[in-house]
Amino acid sequence: MLYSSAIYCKLFLRGFLPIFPNPAMPIIPYYKRRDKNMNSFDIIGPVMVGPSSSHTAGAVKIGIISRKLLGSPVRKAHVFFHGSFLATGKGHGTDKALVAGLLGFSVDDQRIPDSFRYADEAGMEYRLSGIDLGDVHPNSVKLLLYGDDDRHIEVVAASVGGGAIRITELDGLPANFSGDYPTLVVNNLDQPGHVTEISSMLGHKSINIATMQLYRSSKGGKAVIVLECDQEVPADAVRWLSRLEGILKVTYLGLSDGDNA
Amino acid sequence: MYQSFQEIIDKEKSTGSLFWEIVRDNDCTEMDLTKEEAFLRMQAMYEAMKSADASYDASLSSASGLVGGDGERIAVARRAGNLLCGSFLGLVMEKAVKMGESNACMKRIVAAPTAGSCGVVPAVFLSLEEEKGYSTEQMVKALYVSAGIGGIIAQRASISGAAGGCQAEIGAASAMAAGGAAFLLGCDGETIAHAAALAMKNLLGLACDPVAGLVEVPCVKRNVIGAVNALTSADLANAGVRSKIPPDQVFDAMRSIGKALPEEIKETGKGGLAATPTGLAFKESIKGF
Ligand code: SF4
Repeated sequence: MLYSSAIYCKLFLRGFLPIFPNPAMPIIPYYKRRDKNMNSFDIIGPVMVGPSSSHTAGAVKIGIISRKLLGSPVRKAHVFFHGSFLATGKGHGTDKALVAGLLGFSVDDQRIPDSFRYADEAGMEYRLSGIDLGDVHPNSVKLLLYGDDDRHIEVVAASVGGGAIRITELDGLPANFSGDYPTLVVNNLDQPGHVTEISSMLGHKSINIATMQLYRSSKGGKAVIVLECDQEVPADAVRWLSRLEGILKVTYLGLSDGDNA
Repeated sequence: MYQSFQEIIDKEKSTGSLFWEIVRDNDCTEMDLTKEEAFLRMQAMYEAMKSADASYDASLSSASGLVGGDGERIAVARRAGNLLCGSFLGLVMEKAVKMGESNACMKRIVAAPTAGSCGVVPAVFLSLEEEKGYSTEQMVKALYVSAGIGGIIAQRASISGAAGGCQAEIGAASAMAAGGAAFLLGCDGETIAHAAALAMKNLLGLACDPVAGLVEVPCVKRNVIGAVNALTSADLANAGVRSKIPPDQVFDAMRSIGKALPEEIKETGKGGLAATPTGLAFKESIKGF
């Protein structure tokens, strides 16, 4: 078939036509590409407690990651459900799943349906309510968490499908990370030098930075640097960072189980 | 993962490796696993399906109260010899509903490919194992075949109801189970591909219209049609019946249908069964915290 060059270009950009129709060199249209190469266990799996990968497994994961970000067992939690989480969360057990995650249960833990009872036993106070967070992902939730030693954290997270999640806000500043990588979150004053300090420290420890994001509330105000790394960041490095002048708070999310101080 | 059946069939012909080995070897490369490790991981998935089936609890009902206890009703009818479909298909129906109910009642299941369609593959596989006495090894190999098919569907079309309608969940699961069953019957890659394609053709265009947005109605009972359709499709392919539209093109059609389906019937809970007066009433009765 012959296309005019403009149509050909459009079709090519949409991935429907290869630019060189050479059968020896298959060109993969964009819609077939994936960020991450899939494997068989993306199809058969995960093993999870039902009923929904986004509304149940994803909610557990938001709980787990938020607990790790807090860096201590959760003593008190106030959870605000938004959008589809609010409309269908009760039916999907999103509430139980989130509390289970805050207790550190994994997505296939059979105790998830009884998580309220386990929370009572563990002395974890929790309050669940609805909220309108505005123009955010429909499966979003906001969490206010309090832990040991006056630790507290405010998280907004979204369950984006298939059990995957994104942390979209941390302590009032935007963020965008999945919790699938070791992640370093540095709240600092918006002044020159902090990015260099952090990246040279990581370089020194042979830690490769996978992604890096910078956000600030206003020029010269509070800022946050989020770094997803390919290797775990050692505890002493996290401590060193938190003592630097102009650094307000350092939160580290490791991949290992348990709480990361 | 592979993006077309043709690639796998060509590889089967050129290397002499079987369908499941080709899929597994790809995992070994992607995930940096030895062949044994990869096999054991898939075996763990199969064992998890088995224990999910065994832990069905007929006394449970879902949070909305819409789902629970039907698996036991089918079991009773089957044991009494009251099913037109006979004892084997009866077992398949029973297992499909039980798994769907377990999922809705917050029990542990294996998403295959999704939680809503988690009953299709185990209903076919566990019933075949019980009925025909296949070894665990055979079953795990067949599960690799299903995974390979699911991978092709995920890349050519979709395995998410929100993106492609229920053809992408129950339909995909049915195609995966059909291919796995064909493998157990001793079929080659070409026949496996046709079994999957025949299964998918029957479910093209299926709406995703869950009542109140919950994975309950119609999801649980749709697992039955997914499983039974997989078995009939495997039988057709094994008997030499071929899909006149080549398998890869069937899944391309699935993709274009998925795109053409209106948003109302793509997991939004706004159309189809969800939008019936009864569906809407259920939605009102369970929202909020
Ligand atoms: S109706 Fe929708 S939610 Fe239910 S099984 Fe089908 S695709 Fe999944």
